[in-house]
Amino acid sequence: MRSKVESALPYGLLAPTLLVVVLLIVVPIFQAFLLAFQGSDGGFTLAQFQKMVHDTAFLDALKFTFLLLIFIVPLQIILALAMALLIHKRFRGHSIFLYIYAIPLAISDLAAGIAWLSIFTERGYLNSILHSLGIIDKPFLFLSYQNLPAVFGTIVIAESWRATAIVMVILLAGLEVIPRDYFEAADVFGATALKRTLFVVLPLLRPSLQNALIIRTIFAFQTFSVVLALAGRVIPVLTGEAYYWYAANRNPNVAAAYAVLVMVFTIFITIMYFRLLKTTDAEAGYD
Amino acid sequence: MAGIKFDSVRRVFGKTVASNDVSLEIKDGEFMVLLGPSGCGKTTLLRCLAGLERVDGGRIYIGDRDVTDLAPRDRKLAMVFQSYAVFPHLTVFDNIAFGLKMQGRPKDEIKRRVQEGAELLQLQDYLARYPAQLSGGQRQRVAVARGIVMQAQVLLMDEPLSNLDALLRLQMRAELKRLHAEIKATTIYVTHDQVEALSLGDRIAVMKSGRIVQCDVPMNIYDDPASVFVGGFIGTPPMNFLKGVVSAEGAPQVVVGESRIAPTPAQTPALAARRGQPILLGIRPENLAFASSAQRNTLRGHVVVVEPLGSHKLLTMQVSGETIKVSVPPDQSVASGNDVWLHFDADKIRWMDAGSGDTIH
Ligand SMILES: Nc1ncnc2c1ncn2[C@@H]1O[C@H](COP(=O)(O)OP(=O)(O)OP(=O)(O)O)[C@@H](O)[C@H]1O
Ligand SMILES: [Mg+2]
Repeated sequence: MRSKVESALPYGLLAPTLLVVVLLIVVPIFQAFLLAFQGSDGGFTLAQFQKMVHDTAFLDALKFTFLLLIFIVPLQIILALAMALLIHKRFRGHSIFLYIYAIPLAISDLAAGIAWLSIFTERGYLNSILHSLGIIDKPFLFLSYQNLPAVFGTIVIAESWRATAIVMVILLAGLEVIPRDYFEAADVFGATALKRTLFVVLPLLRPSLQNALIIRTIFAFQTFSVVLALAGRVIPVLTGEAYYWYAANRNPNVAAAYAVLVMVFTIFITIMYFRLLKTTDAEAGYD
Repeated sequence: MAGIKFDSVRRVFGKTVASNDVSLEIKDGEFMVLLGPSGCGKTTLLRCLAGLERVDGGRIYIGDRDVTDLAPRDRKLAMVFQSYAVFPHLTVFDNIAFGLKMQGRPKDEIKRRVQEGAELLQLQDYLARYPAQLSGGQRQRVAVARGIVMQAQVLLMDEPLSNLDALLRLQMRAELKRLHAEIKATTIYVTHDQVEALSLGDRIAVMKSGRIVQCDVPMNIYDDPASVFVGGFIGTPPMNFLKGVVSAEGAPQVVVGESRIAPTPAQTPALAARRGQPILLGIRPENLAFASSAQRNTLRGHVVVVEPLGSHKLLTMQVSGETIKVSVPPDQSVASGNDVWLHFDADKIRWMDAGSGDTIH
């Protein structure tokens, strides 16, 4: 009797989460699929996908989505790792740094985008400062469609600022659970800071790195508000196009096709990470 | 040259004084054993020397270098951690090779030295395994191998054999002794095993509550404990202590229960200075023997428990209301309930101050 209750317990505890996941994630995914593949007659069709692929903005959106991914993810992982290692050193006042680093976590992404807009726009803070320092004599147009690399750069900066902290928190949590003995042993046996990081810290941190990469990459695919705020459609991205088709073109079916595409990419990359970063149980230190 | 010198080393954790102004000099090539009850500060002292713990006061020297403010890796020592700290993501081979790789040694040298170390610790068959696939004792041996292959001038070992079975421990002890004779690294070795301490140590430092209470060659520690604490800590079973009073008149004698114990001529002046005062008589279990009748320096004892242990019989006895241990030859006929006379030589007695517990000389 008792064992039956015990074996049911985990499912009971998971049930509320499962319910929320089903209602808020599984059902919408299902609906998106329906919308994407359903023609006006209610039958199966690929017309929406053809429309999507032949749209003039499609290739650009694809390109920029992946470019953002390629620039932002490594940059954030490296920054977050540096921040996490710094805090892990437990120097005097390290907890203040933790709070400062964590501030962007509390800001919604659209608000963050608008904050950065006020920095980079023609009469924004950055131009004012550069001007008052005498470095430039007329405002530099960071966000002009004539200067795509600059627009792209501002998006990378804003996104990195906004979402590096979450990566750092994941990595720091991973670092904290690694017994300090391992780092101490590395020190005693003559590892320099660099070698210790490469040969001891990173391998032991691999499970956390994997999580951070997955979460970060999924977020990078979904980058939307910051791009919208800073660049509008000057830099198209896949999620932005989904929004555009839904809101401006009033075509939820093509919007759903974009959403499905983003989901397919996300799943594909997640599986790839699991494959590439796989640790055997033995290596991970489990008996 | 790599002697070690602790000069008033102090380390405080909150209210705990883990290292209370410890001063200790270890000669180049010496094998120093740290012995003491759990929590007395042995690991802390090693960690201070290794640079893993900052000191709150005092200086530490290796050779003539002041290493107090050096980073661990600049101290050029090897260490076997009490917690092993064997890297879980590296195979046994890579674990043992870790320090050598950090030094950038050539591949074939690393391979040779790892093989040697693995052989010494009987790990040849496990080189390709990960630590999670090893038993606790095997993991500990990996930690020892990783330390000794470095052939560093200073080797710190924190209870390196604590998790091995008795037989393996015996073998490893001999191997470590042979290795030390060969390499002559200045070694600090922490152990709870007294046989290990007595067999390996050139000297033993006995610690208590963050202090070194006695540091001497093993036989002196055993024969001449500096205090009741050391006598009661060293030896299995440890030294017995009986309460007595120095006689107020006549030639100084000590009254223990109904017996009168006469000191040796060398002990007499010290006792004469304590007439009428309480005193502790310390005697080791193997220095007591059965006597047929009351003689000089005998005690009346009642046998409570007899434990035949092969090489000897261990008796638990009541003497003047106190419980003591007595070790007698295996063929001694004795049964619990017997009342016997116990004899000892006066020069085997150690007199201790009843208040401070310090040995009286
Ligand atoms: N990081 C720490 N923080 C707080 N207290 C500590 C810390 N490290 C050690 N101590 C305390 O310092 C004292 C000495 O500890 P230490 O580890 O040196 O003992 P030990 O002699 O090695 O004991 P054992 O034989 O059990 O290993 C203990 O009372 C311990 O609780
Ligand atoms: Mg210890």
